[in-house]
Amino acid sequence: MGLLEGKRILVTGVLTDASIAFHVARLAEAEGAQVVLTAYPRPTLTERIARRLPSGLAGDPPPVIELNVTDRDHLDGLADRVREHVDGLDGIMHAVAFAPETALGGNFLDTPWEDVATAMHISAYSLKSLTMACLPLMKDGGSVVGLDFDASVAWPVYDWMGVAKAGLESTARYLAKYLGPQGVRVNLVAAGPLGTMAAKSIPGFHEMRDIWPEHAPLGWDVADPEPTARACVALLSDWFPATTGEIVHVDGGVHAVGA
Amino acid sequence: MPAATEQEILAGLGEIVEEIVGIPAGEVTPDKNFIDDLDIDSLSMVEIAVAAQDRFGVEIPDDELRNLKTVKDVIDYVQGLTGATKA
Repeated sequence: MGLLEGKRILVTGVLTDASIAFHVARLAEAEGAQVVLTAYPRPTLTERIARRLPSGLAGDPPPVIELNVTDRDHLDGLADRVREHVDGLDGIMHAVAFAPETALGGNFLDTPWEDVATAMHISAYSLKSLTMACLPLMKDGGSVVGLDFDASVAWPVYDWMGVAKAGLESTARYLAKYLGPQGVRVNLVAAGPLGTMAAKSIPGFHEMRDIWPEHAPLGWDVADPEPTARACVALLSDWFPATTGEIVHVDGGVHAVGA
Repeated sequence: MPAATEQEILAGLGEIVEEIVGIPAGEVTPDKNFIDDLDIDSLSMVEIAVAAQDRFGVEIPDDELRNLKTVKDVIDYVQGLTGATKA
């Protein structure tokens, strides 16, 4: 029996088959879950990619719901739109982040507030708005998992995205506090750098990509999303029943060593 | 995958571009640059590449996509992988 047998999981953030979320959806299906996808900004691209999931290859790809996490109407209508496909949710994969170009790549000291606000809204606050939009579907509790990048220190070029991730980490802790009594767990996976479309759009991403394998006690393969996806699936499963507000580092061990 | 001719790839690519960004297939000619001439943004380009992969049965890695600037570049790339000869 699979880890997610019978579970209904909403997965955001599938853009290409390099997306971490694609691999979470793929593994979730392989472990028995029924997956529903949300997509932004190109639902048609996500629909094409969905056909590469196990269900899609079998001729029955998951439904794709357009969801801009900053759009109030999208959020308000989300639960009903999800209900068209499944009668509830057991888990949510939050894989949503964005920062305008001015907020990344070494421009930290000159980034205007409006661009910082955009990064915070889409990358941190959205964990709260997505979770609350789906809460009516999680009557028996559930597991919310988000994608983090260690925000305890300052990195090269990550800039305001790093500040947004610090916000995401804190948001996850408060959600864990407020939703725990309803049986909803909220955890993050802090992955090392992976060569996704999101990562490659960060100017100077190669700086982080290059330092990681050297510092990771276990080594690190920027082309392998599997370890990160496995951790997400594990947290979505029933195997972390008393864990919430936690950050699981899937980074080859970089966070634990000084150099 | 049977080898596709240059004309077949061009026609297929034209249909894909028309479906995804609404540019008439007839405007998709080998000399056109996707960004400068056809005004296609990077995310649309990714979707075109995904559709082309599905249609022609080839892999187009992200890093390769950046080198495919013109319609002819894509035709040559697909032909190179499918072992087609010029029609």
